[in-house]
Amino acid sequence: MTEIAIDVKHLTKKFGTRTVVNNIDIQVPKGKIYGFLGPNGSGKTTTIRMLCGLLTPTSGEGKCLGLDIMKDALLIRQKVGYMTQKFSFWDDLTVRENLEFTAQIYEMDNAAELVDETLIKLGLKKRENQLVGTLSGGWKQRLALSACILHKPEILLLDEPTAGVDPKARREFWDELGRLSDEGMTILVSTHYMDEAERCHELVYIAYGNLMVKGSVNEVINQTHLKTLEVSGLSLPLLQKQLEQDPEIAAMSLFGGMLRICGNDEQKLVDKLQNVKKQYSLTWRKSNTYLEDAFIYYLKKAQEN
Amino acid sequence: MHFSWQRLIAIIKKEFIQLKRDRGTLGMIIMLPIIQLLLFGYAINTDPKDLPTAVISENNTFLTRSIITGLQNSEYFKITHHISSDKQGDELLRQGQVFFVVSIPDNFTQNVIRGEKPEILLQADATDPTAISSAVSSLNGIINKVIQENMKGNIAYLKNKPSSFSIIVHKLYNPEGFTRYNIIPGLIGLVLILTGVMMTALAITRERERGTMENLLSMPVKPLEIMIGKIMPFVFIGLFQVGIVLLMAYFLFSIPILGNIVLLFLCSLVFIVCNLAIGFLISTIAKNQTQALQMSVFVILPSIVMTGFMFPFQGMPIWAQTIAKCIPLTYFLRIARGIILKGAEFIDIFPNLWPLGVIVVFLTIITMKAYKNTLD
Repeated sequence: MTEIAIDVKHLTKKFGTRTVVNNIDIQVPKGKIYGFLGPNGSGKTTTIRMLCGLLTPTSGEGKCLGLDIMKDALLIRQKVGYMTQKFSFWDDLTVRENLEFTAQIYEMDNAAELVDETLIKLGLKKRENQLVGTLSGGWKQRLALSACILHKPEILLLDEPTAGVDPKARREFWDELGRLSDEGMTILVSTHYMDEAERCHELVYIAYGNLMVKGSVNEVINQTHLKTLEVSGLSLPLLQKQLEQDPEIAAMSLFGGMLRICGNDEQKLVDKLQNVKKQYSLTWRKSNTYLEDAFIYYLKKAQEN
Repeated sequence: MHFSWQRLIAIIKKEFIQLKRDRGTLGMIIMLPIIQLLLFGYAINTDPKDLPTAVISENNTFLTRSIITGLQNSEYFKITHHISSDKQGDELLRQGQVFFVVSIPDNFTQNVIRGEKPEILLQADATDPTAISSAVSSLNGIINKVIQENMKGNIAYLKNKPSSFSIIVHKLYNPEGFTRYNIIPGLIGLVLILTGVMMTALAITRERERGTMENLLSMPVKPLEIMIGKIMPFVFIGLFQVGIVLLMAYFLFSIPILGNIVLLFLCSLVFIVCNLAIGFLISTIAKNQTQALQMSVFVILPSIVMTGFMFPFQGMPIWAQTIAKCIPLTYFLRIARGIILKGAEFIDIFPNLWPLGVIVVFLTIITMKAYKNTLD
């Protein structure tokens, strides 16, 4: 049986009367990359903050590396690296000073060595005395990751780490995550990018504070039982508008010159298209359901509840 | 998890580096005491009444009673102590418990009647010249009134001799009555409040506003480490500022520093910690930097107006005095004036030192309770 690094049950967070995270269960296996998906404001950041002891859950229980998230927040922080959504290292400290500060806070024995090692690995040795505020976004992101893993944490929590980063840097970033995971680090990462979601061993999708689905990419897609058609024709945006309110259609999106239509009953979808086939000169074919289709489906489902 | 010196030192170091790169703050730290000192060269006159007064009088006759009543009736003097020795009088003055000591010599009444023109000695604490000037200038009127009322019957002939007795005024500590003597020791306190409270009030709110607090809190740091780490640089800065003001006071305004300078620095240390605790508390409560500054003003303003820094403490109504007794500067002001101008020693300032200590402990407990080591 695989070991579980993060194990939380019935996790709930309320701010006043507003429930931001509602009764969520998450089990993250050790050494895996666990994707955390959901629309903006769905409670991803709040959940991550609760996992590393930055916020106290209103109710629920859970363990991080066997430590109680309600009581042992400080001990958990020693073993967890957390990369915040917004860059949160000190702009008015140099690259070296930021790393040194981090190493000292975690009471690393070989702080100086570690910092040098990290600087070289990062390729920032030449710029070690540059103020962090003057670095470009890509460099800041790499620095933040290096600083977060400086103390060799067992769990890495990443909150939308690649937002606003170019594809090449993103790819390199994920290659690095792959290496870390291979070395046994457990990684929980929130993202909006589908390609990143597909790189995760397991996923969880939350919307409006509720956990909608979890499992591997294929499991998440298969659990929707969606059938998908790729439709070509004229004035597809008009068609999309026309079908928008249709209860049979679970998700719909324009993809280049095609409209992807998903629904639980393929025959009903075909019937609908037959009705307007001439009007829009439609042709269609069956397609695989993508992860994005699944997420749109779950979001819609969450909105209906 | 244990308290870690390594973490504490890391935080202190970080604060110092950030401070070093913050030109505005750095300028404020150095320029504020200098500008304040130059600005407050002049003071404001007021007319305080009921100044506490001690009386030494072995000679209890109709005449001495009449003089004492005359002093009381003038409303400037309020007899609070009847004492028997000069030594006690000196002590009361040095501790700031009384503003005046009136010494009526032995056989005073007999000497008046014999026409020997005896003298009454009035020792005045002149550290705050504005506070005592009205009282002192009312003395002649009081004497004349006493003579008019008492020289009757077979001693009525004394009435026409205007100088049947006189009062010698002896101004202590600040014989020339320089207002700046009074203002400048107080300025140490003001400078410490302005920088101490404001800087620390911003300490946590700034991190919170920049988003770096989230990073700091995601690391294993204990609340005490953050508190001390954030406060420590300002302790050094505060002591440095005391140094600036004292140097300027001595060389620019030729103010004699009579007391023990080490004692002054030690008392300043207590006062600095007090201010930093207030600042840190504000920082914990305030949601952002603007709010923190607004809250600081609420602390600083009463400190300037109500503590005896600008206006004599005794000039305020009782309710205001009661409020002022909760303000740390009230006590530090008396300590600084006592040490610098009167050469007060530990025993003299202790009555004003322990309330400061109590305030520090009280504030620390509240701050520890208010501070959250999470983002909740």
